[in-house]
Amino acid sequence: MTERLFEGADWDFHTLQRITDACEEVALKDLGLDVYPNQIEVITAEQMLDAYSSVGMPLFYKHWSFGKHFAYHEASYRKGLMGLAYEIVINSSPCISYLMEENTATMQTLVIAHAAFGHNHFFKNNYLFKQWTDAEGILDYLDFAKNYVMQCEERYGRIEVERTLDAAHALMSHGIDRYPGKKKLDLREEEKRAGRRRQHEEEVFNDLWRTVPKGASKTRSAISLERRRKLLGLPQENLIYFLEKSAPRLAPWQRELLRIVRHIAQYFYPQSQTKVMNEGTATYVHYRIMTKLHQQGRITDGNFLEFLGSHTNVVFQPEFDDQRYSGFNPYALGFAVMQDIERIVTNPEDEDREWFPDIAGKGDVMGVLRDVWANYRDESFIGQFLSPRLMRHFRMFHLHDDPEERAGIRVDAIHDERGFRRVRRELARQHDVGFIDANIEVVDVDLSGDRRLILHHRVIKGSQLNETDAKRVLQHLADLWTYDVALIEVDANDKVLREYVVSPRPIAAAVA
Amino acid sequence: MAIHIIDRRLNPGGKSLENRQRFLRRAKSLVQGAVKKTSQERDIKDVLEGGEVTIPLDGMHEPRFRREGGTRDMVLPGNKKFVEGDYLQRQGQGSAKDSGPGEGDSEDAFRFVLSRDEFVDLFLDDLELPDLAKRKIAQTESEGIQRAGYTTSGSPANISVSRTVKLALARRIALKRPRKDEVEELEAAIEACTDEDERAELIARLEKLKAKTKRIPFIDPLDIRYRRYEKVPRPVAQAVMFCLMDVSGSMSEHMKDLAKRFYMLLYVFLKRRYKHVEIVFIRHTDRAEEVDEQTFFYGPASGGTLVSSALQAMHEIVRERFSPADWNIYAAQASDGDNSYSDGELTGLLLTEKILPVCQFFAYLEVGESGGSAFDLSDSSLWTLYERLRNSGAPLSMRKVSERSEIFPVFHDLFQRRDTAQEKAAP
Repeated sequence: MTERLFEGADWDFHTLQRITDACEEVALKDLGLDVYPNQIEVITAEQMLDAYSSVGMPLFYKHWSFGKHFAYHEASYRKGLMGLAYEIVINSSPCISYLMEENTATMQTLVIAHAAFGHNHFFKNNYLFKQWTDAEGILDYLDFAKNYVMQCEERYGRIEVERTLDAAHALMSHGIDRYPGKKKLDLREEEKRAGRRRQHEEEVFNDLWRTVPKGASKTRSAISLERRRKLLGLPQENLIYFLEKSAPRLAPWQRELLRIVRHIAQYFYPQSQTKVMNEGTATYVHYRIMTKLHQQGRITDGNFLEFLGSHTNVVFQPEFDDQRYSGFNPYALGFAVMQDIERIVTNPEDEDREWFPDIAGKGDVMGVLRDVWANYRDESFIGQFLSPRLMRHFRMFHLHDDPEERAGIRVDAIHDERGFRRVRRELARQHDVGFIDANIEVVDVDLSGDRRLILHHRVIKGSQLNETDAKRVLQHLADLWTYDVALIEVDANDKVLREYVVSPRPIAAAVA
Repeated sequence: MAIHIIDRRLNPGGKSLENRQRFLRRAKSLVQGAVKKTSQERDIKDVLEGGEVTIPLDGMHEPRFRREGGTRDMVLPGNKKFVEGDYLQRQGQGSAKDSGPGEGDSEDAFRFVLSRDEFVDLFLDDLELPDLAKRKIAQTESEGIQRAGYTTSGSPANISVSRTVKLALARRIALKRPRKDEVEELEAAIEACTDEDERAELIARLEKLKAKTKRIPFIDPLDIRYRRYEKVPRPVAQAVMFCLMDVSGSMSEHMKDLAKRFYMLLYVFLKRRYKHVEIVFIRHTDRAEEVDEQTFFYGPASGGTLVSSALQAMHEIVRERFSPADWNIYAAQASDGDNSYSDGELTGLLLTEKILPVCQFFAYLEVGESGGSAFDLSDSSLWTLYERLRNSGAPLSMRKVSERSEIFPVFHDLFQRRDTAQEKAAP
């Protein structure tokens, strides 16, 4: 019999090393995973709270909002309202996993299998992460960002920096490129570029240029609307990018701050699109690894039962009328679909052959799953692989709530032959960021007039913006743009539903 | 593949401290308001405990573009009995879900926990007390006694038995003093011995041993060690604060509130300075009694006014429980200034003879009704009396207050004036 990895609940650093080696063996040989090098760090509860408040990153620039989140988490943690995660994993190379020191040896094994191999493989192989993130450069870039923000605070004052960052944070969800651009982001290059740009500015600075008389500017009307829009790259849905490039009165350092916030938002963009898949992958991987270790006799029956206890909690899906229900649990859904794929690939039924002709009975579970992990995001993953059997298992149904409908909320489809496709399409849509985020674009700037910036919100299914928040965000936008900003909400038929106009605050007022 | 396992637990903590401070700085006015509100509800002693504060979220809100309303579609798990085409009755607005910090409309207040230091800083910041406090209070010291090793001379009471025995044992071993069983063994051997010559030899050896035993005493005066004590100056780390208050009918709630605020400040101030602060509440009408805080501020009482009764009570308590050698004594008296005319003489005597000599500081606070115009009229009887005492050199601090906002400046004044030898005349 193979030697046990550990006995009881205690662990030390040698145990962790043995656990990691054992997990790695299973992950690479049996599951054929492809991972970044691992770095495992053991942290305390306080450090975990720290990590929570800076969006899980080990280093981040300083900003009051992180302090607010820290205070909030700390208060609820102290009162026992909130437990802490067992781990946090960072999409970087080497892939850093934080483990809580309180975990038992079994939990450490679970967490290492989950984060250091499950998430790690997903980060390295999923197309969205490949396209949008730069795992090797992120930590250096964050370091650069932190220092840059600090320098700006020294040079231009904390309040000014805070004001720019506040505005950028408010627009963060609209600071993302949604379509792949010319080239992949290289954050290390980014960092050097910022340095070079500053240096260049200092080198070529010549006060004389200010005194050169400007020629008569072209008549504004000469520039046609089409040409103007093209020059400004309109329509533009990345609001932060637009401000960074086109806002008339921003200082270079402010543009750089916007750029930093934009890059960070972009870095997290894939994560928001792959919650179900990411957690599903990690859960599936830890389940496979733990089961294998138990089969090999490296984990005792008792420890394996402890693992099953936590695993079951993690993949628990309360029903909609349960008090604990708060939407679909990404762990449960992702894990269930992946296990279902395993079943379809190895042991399909007639129904599966009909629904999944490509993979049913193919036999190579890991081959299929690795392909799925690499090439899908939540929306396409659910749309493609949620099987009728699973819909029956979860007893899914689709509700359509139209406020105009007097009779109440309609049950549109249920888990039956007629409803499978509609339920699946609707669930996939719920995980589509295209539907979750408001569709807001910069459409025009009134250059010949008062330089008013005009944005459109395309209203889908009658869902408009929350008024107070929208006004506040627009206020931030106007402060950066320094002229009036108008937001027009239009529906699919170009009918105007509501119009906001916000003027920038004078700087003194904004500071207060 | 190389795997790095790193122990981060020993990294310095407080990584979020700066962000937290930024947050507090930004929310300062809000947090300060909350701190004040919280401290009003507390007893004096608890005023410094940190704790949970709630601030309105408004200024700290992080806005985002959020959509709401419209037609909603959702897929839910756990269908029990619905079939396609069923209609469900709407129930009100549906349940509001919990949301994170600063998200969602349902949350209009933000709760979090302040540490004790943060709480005090915010509480005092408004008052600008800390810098002021550092300079003002006289450093009080007393002599303490502290163990400091051993010595070869001393009083018999201080003999350190264990050290003495240890040294004696070492000496006995070093000088090879015969052990008791060695002697007994030899005696037994002599007893059992039949051969005369051998017996004589053994006896000689025994004699030698006995002689040696006699020469080398079990305990020699050389061995004796005494515990040594040193006198060290030790700051008196404890203070007692006497709160004296007139609770006769003429004191209104407003006046009591003013007094409470003043006591609170004094407590905060002392707490910063001393490890241990006791508070004694003495309330008086025409007789005085020691009471608890609740009774002090809120208990009903009625009767005439004899200030001397309170001073007498304080004097007795000091004598019984708070020896001036061990305690720093602070007293703050609050009154509306009424005193029975005949009591003046006795009050003055008690104060100058008994109370002031043992006190670090004696403050008299005359509280008046909001509006305070009464002060422009003639001085109260107590004020007149105290002023006379002060002019004749008694170290008294006194002030008049009628508005809440005046409390801190008065406090400030009282402590500043202690610094200057010459007390200026009261306004």
